[in-house]
Amino acid sequence: MDFPEELKYTEEHEWVLVEGDLVSIGISDFAQDQLGDVVFVELPEVGDKVEVGKAFGVVESVKAVSDIYAPFSGEIIEVNAELPDAPEAVNNSPYEDGWMIRVKPDDLSDLDGLMDAAAYQAFIEEE
Amino acid sequence: MKKTILNQVHRELGARMVEFGGWDMPVQYSGVIAEHMAVRSSAGLFDVSHMGEIEVTGPGAFAFLQYATINDLTPLVDGQVQYSAICYPDGGIVDDITLYRFHSEKFMLCVNAANREKDFAWLQDLANQHKGDYQLVYRGEDFAQLALQGPKAAAILSGLTPADLLSLQVYHFCESEVAGLDVLISRTGYTGEDGFELYCAPQDAESLWTSLMDQGTPQGLVPVGLGARDTLRLEKAYALYGHELSAEILPLEARLGWITKLDKPDFCGREALLKAKSAGIVRQLIGLRLTQPGVPREQYPVRANGVDVGVVTSGTMSPSLRQGIALALVDKAAVAGDVALTIVIRGRERSAEKVKLPFV
Repeated sequence: MDFPEELKYTEEHEWVLVEGDLVSIGISDFAQDQLGDVVFVELPEVGDKVEVGKAFGVVESVKAVSDIYAPFSGEIIEVNAELPDAPEAVNNSPYEDGWMIRVKPDDLSDLDGLMDAAAYQAFIEEE
Repeated sequence: MKKTILNQVHRELGARMVEFGGWDMPVQYSGVIAEHMAVRSSAGLFDVSHMGEIEVTGPGAFAFLQYATINDLTPLVDGQVQYSAICYPDGGIVDDITLYRFHSEKFMLCVNAANREKDFAWLQDLANQHKGDYQLVYRGEDFAQLALQGPKAAAILSGLTPADLLSLQVYHFCESEVAGLDVLISRTGYTGEDGFELYCAPQDAESLWTSLMDQGTPQGLVPVGLGARDTLRLEKAYALYGHELSAEILPLEARLGWITKLDKPDFCGREALLKAKSAGIVRQLIGLRLTQPGVPREQYPVRANGVDVGVVTSGTMSPSLRQGIALALVDKAAVAGDVALTIVIRGRERSAEKVKLPFV
């Protein structure tokens, strides 16, 4: 399993990537592996607000339904429009083709509490 | 949690294990969709040792089973299998079963994993009320069961058995050898594909599994878990106890009219079912296909013209159709004719259409 160093991770198994003043969000390699074959992704729309700790989307595998949580608040600037037609990208490329939304955070310091790759790996080993 | 004799084999194959009906079972090996497609295009091997077996023997066995089950045993010949069900006196379903006729005084029932003990206790109760010259024996611990399913199943099995598979018809069985082991070969299954259910002694199961995998791997055989077992049966609209069938559902509501032989002189549940039929069956199991993106799931409400008319009993994303499909138990009258059907997914109505079954 792969956990890129440049990403931060949440206890709900999302990853975030800070690119300037925008932050991309997806789910981790561990999360996609636990879910199994992803067959459906439901995402919000550009202009919608995400709120820290609240679900903003849903990932469904054949057997399970899983919410995706926003680790910070902000406005959605971009949504991965390819994903609804190619949900398997979440399995095949969780950190690249499987990205979900790009957000302008209200306060970048909300990201301070997130785990780095090593801390996240230790976290999932404990779970 | 109970384990089948092959538990360690699954773990070594890297299967993801889940609890199912009190059993620790593999839900997937490589992935549900890949396993599903392998069964549709070549072949899959399933451990279904969690299923239970009950033997009924003796001169009175036929008459007892004719009373205990809803299908008619009369046309069965030796070596034939019959899909049937056991009902309570009120017509609710105890279990759906396959019934094996060895000869006129020996039968075996194959029952659902979660219902093994319940079924046997129920049949014993029934036997106490209907004494006769027959014995009921619980044989659940005496068999392991593997299901070899898919268009390549016969080609794979024929390389390992002297049995004449060409003349073994669907829903028939024979006692023979596979890879030198004593095996009951039944041309049955739960996937809608050609295939076999193979009963053997538990101590032979690992050897049988390995021989079948070795023989079949070059022809595309893969191990398949319960995840794909569920999507495969759902595409073919086969009922699953606890979902489409239960003590609260009549076989006449659940598309099992074809096995409910109301013209049999008597069977447990007959009176109630006759009464329900003459009063008019209100609920009906139907097939729905989502025409919008989404995945229907069990218990999601079904609406007709905006009004709740029933619930989804099983739903999934069909790997073959790449569309959401569902079986739903609904008010028959409310879905008749030209109505706008929807399935409510997370509070939002998604358009669906009533389709002929099976889905695939």
